[in-house]
Amino acid sequence: MSATGYVAVAAQVAVVAGGAPLLTGWMRQVRARLEGRAGAGVVQPWRDARKLLRKEPVSPTGTGPAFRLAPLLLVAGTAVVAALVPLAATRTPVSGSADLILVVALLALGTVALALAGLDTGTAFGGMGASREMTIAALVEPTILLAVFAVSIPAGSTNLPAIVAGTIDHPARTASPAELLAVAALVVAVLAETGRIPVDNPATHLELTMVHEAMVLEYAGPDLALVELGSQMRLAVLLGLVATLAAPWGVATGGSPALLALALALLVAKVAVLGTALAAAEVFRAKVRLFKVPELLAGSFVLALLAVVGSYFLTGEAGR
Amino acid sequence: MSHGVYAQLLDLACGVFLLCAVVVLWRRELAVVVRVLAVQGAALAAIAAVLGGHERRWGLLVVAAGVGVLRAGVLPYLLRRALDVGAVGGGPYREDVSEGRETRPVVNVAASLVVAALLVLLAYAVARPLVALDPTPATRALPVGLSVVLIGFFALVARRRALAQVVGFLVLDNGITATAFLAASGVPPIVELGVSFDVLLAVLVLYVLTARMRAAFGGTDLDDLRELSDR
Repeated sequence: MSATGYVAVAAQVAVVAGGAPLLTGWMRQVRARLEGRAGAGVVQPWRDARKLLRKEPVSPTGTGPAFRLAPLLLVAGTAVVAALVPLAATRTPVSGSADLILVVALLALGTVALALAGLDTGTAFGGMGASREMTIAALVEPTILLAVFAVSIPAGSTNLPAIVAGTIDHPARTASPAELLAVAALVVAVLAETGRIPVDNPATHLELTMVHEAMVLEYAGPDLALVELGSQMRLAVLLGLVATLAAPWGVATGGSPALLALALALLVAKVAVLGTALAAAEVFRAKVRLFKVPELLAGSFVLALLAVVGSYFLTGEAGR
Repeated sequence: MSHGVYAQLLDLACGVFLLCAVVVLWRRELAVVVRVLAVQGAALAAIAAVLGGHERRWGLLVVAAGVGVLRAGVLPYLLRRALDVGAVGGGPYREDVSEGRETRPVVNVAASLVVAALLVLLAYAVARPLVALDPTPATRALPVGLSVVLIGFFALVARRRALAQVVGFLVLDNGITATAFLAASGVPPIVELGVSFDVLLAVLVLYVLTARMRAAFGGTDLDDLRELSDR
């Protein structure tokens, strides 16, 4: 088991790191096609990364270690999350420490590092982006934690592999109102956390609206490539997490290599479907005003809270 | 219907029912709110139907059908018409925006969502002794009915537009009916019939009243009606 476990962890990280730019490229391509454009192709993010990596590293004068470390922290933290989350297999050498709260904390670490980097540059945009990002993060965090709490009540543990294995054993849980509400709240939180369209527009460079882009405006060359890779991996991991929590079927609970390969293929398919749905939804939606974002996040907070409360009074015998 | 499937279906219907009450507070567009109200009526009918199917009481199924027709069909249709009357005369491009949206609720949306969350918690706390009497799946879902009653009350006081207040009243009434279904498997059909006609009549009266208000004052912002004025 342990050999396959190590292979599973390595495969998860490799698939997330290698596939995340492809996912972003795929989503851009879907969007382009729906809008009647030809699109740049699915591998364009990788081409961009190659172009950026060949450039010489430049950092603005007066920036300190926060600016230099942020891309590394972002990518490293997300890679650790990719190793921890049971995207493909529940029995891995790290499954004992794959706690959902730890996962949330690691993702928040990346957010905080980027915000600090934005402040470190000392430019108006960096500070503005950092302050907006922190506002959103402060509203998203309670939602994510409550949604996590709701998902972990039926399993009796916040350990992710335990939750996923429990849901595979009791498929009825995924249709319980608590689980559905928690997944809906989690989806809104993921949209806010990855800066997708109702909260932030990933394609904009307009001063008034940008959040994530404003923070990373000063990065260039290989650093920018890392930041881009980090945010793409974040999107891939979070979509993978939602897919794993909402539809855990196919995740390998045993140790056979064939099952692992199947699980990885299913993971790619599930995340691709989610990404397509997200990209298609973005075509029809507009970004909400920044002052309306708290309303949206309050809504998702209430959904998460209802999920927690509901899991107390809406469990007949079926959910147990 | 096996027991597990029954509990699952009942929980699902109750979840949709409660969610609709929260969405009524969440959205500002009255057209969307009316549509959500129709979904809530359908969920209420589903609760009654699931209970009737489980206990094999055909009377309850008939009541469920009646509740569905009234609360998912007739009442939203009336509200929809009252809403459209406000937009008539402006032409397709000059829709009266201020009448179609709850632009300035007394309590802002984010705060009212948090209040809704607190009300749900309160309902859960209050209903615990009741649930402890006989913990069946239906009784356990009792807090759903109570919290929808409370959320309806809140929507009634926190909104300014007459139509939004009517929606709050209907949410409140849906909550009362759901509580009756969940706690006592419904009231006798004749009582249910009386209550339903009462609600229908109330909505018709409010519908006429709203139309008259709009004709007399040009709007249905109830805060403007607080003081007497000679116009």
